[in-house]
Amino acid sequence: MNTPLLQVQDLRVTFTTGRGAVHAVDGVTFDVGAGEVLGLVGESGSGKSVTLRAIPRLLHDNAAVSGRVLWHGQDLLTIPDERLRAIRGGQVAMVFQEPMSALNPVLPIGMQIDEVLVAHTDMDRAARRRRAIELLGLVGIASAATRLDQYPHEFSGGMRQRAMIAISLAAQPALLLADEPTTALDVTIQDQILTLLLQLVSELGMAMVLVTHDLGVVAETCDRVAVMYAGRLCETGPVELVFNRPRHAYTDALLRSMPGDGAAGAMLTPIPGQPPRIDSPVPGCAFAPRCSYAEPRCTTERPVLTAYAPGHDSACYAATRLPARVEEGAA
Amino acid sequence: MSRGAWLVSRLLQMVPTFLLIGLAVFVLARLLPGNAVMALLGDRGSDEAVARLTRQLGLDQSIGMQLLAFLESVLRGQFGTSLAFRIPVTRLIAERLPVTLMLTGMAIVIALALALPLAFVAALKVNRWPDLLIRGVFQVGLSSPIFYVGLVLLTVFAAWLRIFPVGGYGDTFAEHIYHLFLPAVTLAFSLSAIVMRNLRASILSVIRAEYVDFARAKGLRSRVVLLRHVLRNALIATVTLVGLHIGSLLGGAVITETVFAVPGVGRLMVDSIFARDYPVIQALTLVLAVLVSLAFLVTDLVQMWLDPRVGR
Repeated sequence: MNTPLLQVQDLRVTFTTGRGAVHAVDGVTFDVGAGEVLGLVGESGSGKSVTLRAIPRLLHDNAAVSGRVLWHGQDLLTIPDERLRAIRGGQVAMVFQEPMSALNPVLPIGMQIDEVLVAHTDMDRAARRRRAIELLGLVGIASAATRLDQYPHEFSGGMRQRAMIAISLAAQPALLLADEPTTALDVTIQDQILTLLLQLVSELGMAMVLVTHDLGVVAETCDRVAVMYAGRLCETGPVELVFNRPRHAYTDALLRSMPGDGAAGAMLTPIPGQPPRIDSPVPGCAFAPRCSYAEPRCTTERPVLTAYAPGHDSACYAATRLPARVEEGAA
Repeated sequence: MSRGAWLVSRLLQMVPTFLLIGLAVFVLARLLPGNAVMALLGDRGSDEAVARLTRQLGLDQSIGMQLLAFLESVLRGQFGTSLAFRIPVTRLIAERLPVTLMLTGMAIVIALALALPLAFVAALKVNRWPDLLIRGVFQVGLSSPIFYVGLVLLTVFAAWLRIFPVGGYGDTFAEHIYHLFLPAVTLAFSLSAIVMRNLRASILSVIRAEYVDFARAKGLRSRVVLLRHVLRNALIATVTLVGLHIGSLLGGAVITETVFAVPGVGRLMVDSIFARDYPVIQALTLVLAVLVSLAFLVTDLVQMWLDPRVGR
């Protein structure tokens, strides 16, 4: 692969709260290539959404962020506001989880598209309106011209998410950061939105980081996957490799707890226990207390990311003891 | 429901409101000690004169007929003649009302001009020194009685520094503004404190909203994010608050006009009460009550303009 589009290096995010510091993201490193779809997976509180929001510097004052986020060779964490603003929404756009709360309730949808075009293009008013209509058409919203003057509460949930995607695409970004874009939607709509996103990504040649807790979604949509647990990266690699030959006990456990896996009627295996509280960091592997493969050093020494195949890294002492999920060669 | 239908029903709601106000004023006038005849004639009226006046004023009719007659004359805009000034009440109020409207209008403008920017500064520097300073100063504004603020301003700016006149209203529009400035500041004091605190709190909650993060993620300038996305949403709650305070603002005008000798309806109200000028009291009560309901209407309209979800 050439120089990746986005390089996240040793990203750390610490929140100062009333009860002390919380290390929400603890040294996360990954790359996203041009046109690539990366799935960022983890349970609630694993730090996946915080990681995503740290990339365009969207976190609030109570978050201390360190590490590097390289975009075309410049570190988004340190460039001046003015240059960051041109990249935000222009080259790196974001889709939020909950369209009802992410769309401004008192502004017409058309204006919420228009302001992106004003910020990032030289189009005149008429051209911007044409572009806005075109965008709504692109995301599958019918009678776009009338829809432009309507407000978010006049849209259904699925249509709202489509509108938000249209807003994000307005300035033709090269990278889309999607924060659980289907979680807030009805199951029947989820698939439509996901299909739409994938179709747009391939049509427009965008890259996408898709944050989700749904491994099924990752299997369907992503080229590569990065698994997070308690603010740390466990395993990253091509989706097929990670799903067929997981190299981290947590990934293995996640895959076993996923429905639709194995023979019909096979039992799901839940992961026992709860994720650790990240305000009390553990010395070893954060997953060790819940891990069925844990050995003594797992609780005292922290495993580092090690390559098991080209582009397939994992931080697990049990990596070689984990069973392959499909017969080698059959995959 | 369409917005037009909402507006029509909102206007229709005012009909029963006005009827109730009229009824309340009618009842109040009859609850006051003494009656209009005694007030007009004093203690020395002959029995014959009393009887004649009672008939003239329609007080010998049944209470229902009296109410109808009262409502009818109100609808024709006739409130009788002032006992103290010997001129029609309508003319008296028409002379005085613009003064009070201008005073409260200026007070609202001054209060908002102070409160809007300072609420922003306080919210953006939350819990740091600008916030603490602004809140501290406004706390004083909030806890000072209006007549005290008026007297202090009067002493400092009119008596010592001689920048502003001690009282009166002047003759030209520019003079009106000049004369009403100190009273308006006095009146604006507590309103601006209330608005500042409310708006600061509502900015603080809006600024954490997802749509504000989304606006930042779009690469908008911070000025656009703050004015279009934060302020507009934050104002929705504050507009209601300002509307609700119009009533107490008119109450404050009574005190302010007295302290600054401003010839508005507030002062007229005080004078009339002391003079037992019932026709004026009755008419003023009615006019002020109608003004307050009109202020609520304007509040609702602004609300509707700010928030498209209202009335749909």
